[in-house]
Amino acid sequence: MRHDHLITSKQLSREDVELVLDRAAEIDADPERVADRHAGRLLGLLFFEPSTRTKMSFETAMKRLGGDVVDMGSIESSSVKKGETLADTVRVIEGYADALVLRHPQQGAAKMASEYVDVPLVNAGDGAGHHPSQTMLDLYTIRENAGLEDLTIGIMGDLKYGRTVHSLAYALSNFDARQHFISPESLQLPREVVYDLHQQQGGTQIREHDSIEEVLPSLDVLYVTRIQRERFPDENEYQQVAGEYQIDAKTLEDASDDLTVMHPLPRVDEIAPEIDDTDYAAYFEQAHNGVPVRMALLDMLLESGGENDE
Amino acid sequence: MSNGADDHKLRVSKIHNGTVIDHVHGGQALNVLAILGIDGSEGEEVSVGMNVPSDRLARKDIVKVEGRELSQDEVDVLSLIAPDATINIVREYEVVEKSRVDRPDVVEGVLSCPNPGCITTGDEPVDSRFEVLSDGVRCSYCGTIVREEIASLIET
Repeated sequence: MRHDHLITSKQLSREDVELVLDRAAEIDADPERVADRHAGRLLGLLFFEPSTRTKMSFETAMKRLGGDVVDMGSIESSSVKKGETLADTVRVIEGYADALVLRHPQQGAAKMASEYVDVPLVNAGDGAGHHPSQTMLDLYTIRENAGLEDLTIGIMGDLKYGRTVHSLAYALSNFDARQHFISPESLQLPREVVYDLHQQQGGTQIREHDSIEEVLPSLDVLYVTRIQRERFPDENEYQQVAGEYQIDAKTLEDASDDLTVMHPLPRVDEIAPEIDDTDYAAYFEQAHNGVPVRMALLDMLLESGGENDE
Repeated sequence: MSNGADDHKLRVSKIHNGTVIDHVHGGQALNVLAILGIDGSEGEEVSVGMNVPSDRLARKDIVKVEGRELSQDEVDVLSLIAPDATINIVREYEVVEKSRVDRPDVVEGVLSCPNPGCITTGDEPVDSRFEVLSDGVRCSYCGTIVREEIASLIET
């Protein structure tokens, strides 16, 4: 994989994905081999939104590659508070760091920022848009648990604002997976994403549902996301759908014994704690996979040095 | 003797030098002017015919702009709301160039993204950019697709 930046999983081919996952598996098996690979290099962390897993796993990944991080810190303590534009911020931090990781509340922020810098930039979430590094660890987890060939996956919850869902759907379209999207009507997949999936060569197999029952027995993977209460204009509207999209032992009675349940976390009440200790649960493993996968991504982006082979 | 063509000539007089934009869909003439940034404040001499009979479109608008020849960029953008338009460049009362509009691949700095969560709607130093689809336009930054009322997105 030789890209300047990682902005969306749409830019990744099947070969790109497999290259990253293979590299992540190598690193996972023998992390010591890459312990000094990027000694002396710095990763700039620019998080304009709160983050625990993504930020800490990028920081851990860079340090496990022998490098270090410079962190913009909270928005309150940065020049953003004084009205500095994102374009200026990234141009300044580019001078300090060898690569940048950006999370921002506005869609398209990473794409715009990437147009202002020469060092590699990774989109760590842009509003309701994309979150491609999360997708890579999701795919890694899927490959480990269910395999990426002949996959039937259910993606359930807030599909409208869930950036992890959009990125995952695009990436899975490289693998001819059968994708079932389960959500209340008000939180269906954005039409733009559906449009893109239908535009894929051969047409990606997608179906939309409002309940999980009819599709659950056929699933290899169930990817659950949080229904974001704060997005609903009306509390009653939220209450009408929230309870319908929770997973507990009873919900999974008709599931295959081999079902893998995933969640990008944080969860609130979408998955009952009683699932945690079952063979279904892969969400903590999924979070742990963030480190080797992001080590692989950073290694490959830093290796390319921001040069593009196009 | 009077016929449709004569009526047409009576409604919109010839211009000396400039551009005649013909075969604009009925009701879109003011949007054409908005796209071209013409609001009369610069003293431009403009004639507009709206909803005049047309063989090809049934009802069409015509815009005549005195003293100004449209650039290719302007014609490209025009194509988004007037895909059937004909552009006539006039010099000394004669049509010296006649062409149809052609849809571009991308338009920049002309339309504003309707998604309030898009980075282009804030204070960043970035021009809007839209890819032109066969049936609409798509924001190159946030991916929002607009198929209807594209003229309402014209930046003012």
